[in-house]
Amino acid sequence: MLAISSSYSLNTQRLKRFQSLIALLLLCVILTVLSDKFFSSENGLNVLRQTAVNICIATGMTLVILTGGIDLSVGSILALCGAATAGLLKNGMVLPSLDIFIGFTVLGAILAAMLIGWLIGLFNGFVITKFNVPPFVATLAMLTIARGFTMLYTQGQPISNLGQQFVYIGAGSFLGIPVPVWIAALVVLIAAFITQKTKLGRYIYAIGGNETAAKFSGINVSKVKMVVYAMAGAMAAIGGIIVTSRLDSAQPNAGISYELDAIAAVVIGGTSLSGGRGTVWGTVMGAIIIGVLNNGLVLLNVSPFWQQVVKGAVILLAVIIDKLGDKKE
Amino acid sequence: MLIAKNITKKFSGVTALNNICLELHPGKVNAIIGENGAGKSTLMKIFSGVHTQYEGDIIYNGNKVQFASTKDAEEAGIAIIHQELNLVPHLSITENIFLGREITNAFGILNKKNMCEQTKLLLKKVNLNLHPDTLIYKLKVGQQQLVEIAKALHTNAEVIIMDEPTSAITDKEVDNLFAIIDELTANNKTIAYISHKLNELFQKADRYTVLRDGATIGAGEMKDITHDELVEKMAGRKIMIERNTMNAASNEPLLQLKNICLQNPENSGDNVVHNVSLTLHKGEVIGVYGLMGAGRTELMETIFGLHPSLSSGELYMESKSKKFKSPADAIKAGIMLIPEDRKSQGLCLDLTVRDNICITVLDKLQQWDIFLNKRKETALSKAYIQQLSIKTASQETQVRNLSGGNQQKIVLAKWLAKTPKVLLLDEPTRGIDVGAKSEIYKLIKEMAAKGLGVIVVSSEIPEILALANRVLVMCEGKLTADMPVAEATESNMLTYALHRN
Repeated sequence: MLAISSSYSLNTQRLKRFQSLIALLLLCVILTVLSDKFFSSENGLNVLRQTAVNICIATGMTLVILTGGIDLSVGSILALCGAATAGLLKNGMVLPSLDIFIGFTVLGAILAAMLIGWLIGLFNGFVITKFNVPPFVATLAMLTIARGFTMLYTQGQPISNLGQQFVYIGAGSFLGIPVPVWIAALVVLIAAFITQKTKLGRYIYAIGGNETAAKFSGINVSKVKMVVYAMAGAMAAIGGIIVTSRLDSAQPNAGISYELDAIAAVVIGGTSLSGGRGTVWGTVMGAIIIGVLNNGLVLLNVSPFWQQVVKGAVILLAVIIDKLGDKKE
Repeated sequence: MLIAKNITKKFSGVTALNNICLELHPGKVNAIIGENGAGKSTLMKIFSGVHTQYEGDIIYNGNKVQFASTKDAEEAGIAIIHQELNLVPHLSITENIFLGREITNAFGILNKKNMCEQTKLLLKKVNLNLHPDTLIYKLKVGQQQLVEIAKALHTNAEVIIMDEPTSAITDKEVDNLFAIIDELTANNKTIAYISHKLNELFQKADRYTVLRDGATIGAGEMKDITHDELVEKMAGRKIMIERNTMNAASNEPLLQLKNICLQNPENSGDNVVHNVSLTLHKGEVIGVYGLMGAGRTELMETIFGLHPSLSSGELYMESKSKKFKSPADAIKAGIMLIPEDRKSQGLCLDLTVRDNICITVLDKLQQWDIFLNKRKETALSKAYIQQLSIKTASQETQVRNLSGGNQQKIVLAKWLAKTPKVLLLDEPTRGIDVGAKSEIYKLIKEMAAKGLGVIVVSSEIPEILALANRVLVMCEGKLTADMPVAEATESNMLTYALHRN
């Protein structure tokens, strides 16, 4: 009985890993039949370019959700860090009281933005672990706070014309593949490495699976959670840098409701919202499914209003299929 | 009479029940006996409508029945009290008992007064002295179980299935339960009683059915069979539990506690653990006995650094004063706790056998301090699977799919891997079968022989007598006895456990 039940669960796990891939391929076949513009390398790269930002955010979101948490603030962090990159690049940093001006290179501005994202995430994690605030509430508050700071910093105006060099990040290509896709791939690889191959990753799954047991095992649960939220923040910052670069402009309203797309990607990718189960690869599939769907619906001239309905229906369908697969007996 | 006739149940091709036959007689306590994995739980789940697909017939009072859901079974008069309790933590006792059966007036408004009054009566019946509005999460496991029983009493069930009802309750509470069972059988109710505690069964059960590997091995009147015969039927081999006669290996103090206190989190004037002092020597096994609420678990948790802000007193580890702020600190000092509830505190059920065993020692299993070395992980878990003879299909098996005894061995393995100096075991054999139990006893003794200090908390006196060199008894947060095992007897331990000033 033991032998079979375990191989049974292994098989379903394996099936689940391919479930989202199969769904993606099916979707591609349907769209290829319906639209002659869909199946081309140009369109494929286009989809990936558009998906790259969501992949970055959703990867961070996956780590958070694996611990059993959620991060609603990533869209706002994206906007704030995008604005910070643009602002630092264009205007530098002025400390009037000390009469100091600091100029930023492209790399400097990027690193500074990522640091800001990291610190905001760290703060989220601190509030959640130190004061026992539910992640939903803590990050909901941060959603508003970070958006407010974005407005304050930009005075509600876009910061544009950021220079050729910076624009390369969002609009350029390397070896025929858009730079944002390379960046997203790197983010995914790092996150996949962390979750599958490191101590931290194992602790993430353990905490999501059973926080009490993790604590009883001597794992510093608070520390792991803080790091995870910080990483989610930094990955949102990377998304912000890409968005800003692609538009050559930091928009104060950038990233609104991006957290929802990220959560959708995670869920479609088969990660359990209660934590402990799921993979970064699944999330990547989920994000690409959403990207292909968006792209296909545009190619098929479906009205934007219907697009939203279809997207929601797909999320629902994905979760229902997932649940059906879970049923034992 | 409830009869299972030639029931076969397969899980994705694997036979869990093979042509099983079972009769539950009304007005009797029908014991269902078998090691974990024998098929008891599966059969009970068929009776209670959890599993709806099976071959064979269920015949209830002469009619063939097929329950489509648990609600179906419940309406037919079959109630099950699971080993894993099914109560909603943040609802009150009343709300839990009346869940799905709320009493309302003509406008659909809850009649709280009526429900509260009825709950009071039910709680009286199970001798649970608590207010009906008490929230479930504030209750200890034993008290929650009594609430479950009250709930079954409330539904007026004709057949009540009790799965390991005494695994977490004290002897006094067992007496309670038995009184309730007597009353039920006197009213011609059918009791199905699943338990590993054979003494209990000889005391209470009228009939027995032994299951092994999904098949019925034997059935009959309890008075026609002896203890040893029953054990042999269960396990197919003989197992004896003997009293520990060894003395501690050394006089070298390992862990010393001085005036350890733990405040009651709900009432700061009250101590859950009060002025406990003890010395644990190298190679010594201390058994801590006490009734529910005696503060044994809380004492273990305090030593393990789980209540840093509420505890006071001094703790010396190898003569060095220590103050643990978290379990991580205690573990660093070499003190490890195997908690009371392996599923909620000891294991990550979704992770694999390997991942659970390795979780405490990942530091040692890394390559260049960066990533985990799978070869080292595999080697380590393989060693412990062999050493503790853990029965698992593979290292990749999810711990969820293992039996209770094997799960408990994995909790042991994960701490042994960390090479503890002091091992705190809280109810180490709760709800596991006789075979695994004696294996765990053997292991504990082996570890002590290697110089480990062990503290075993248990509600089973034979377990303490089998393991301990020294017996401590707690009552209401205080130590009331500290004696060599040679002086300990069932009756004096109980007397100290009931000790009042």
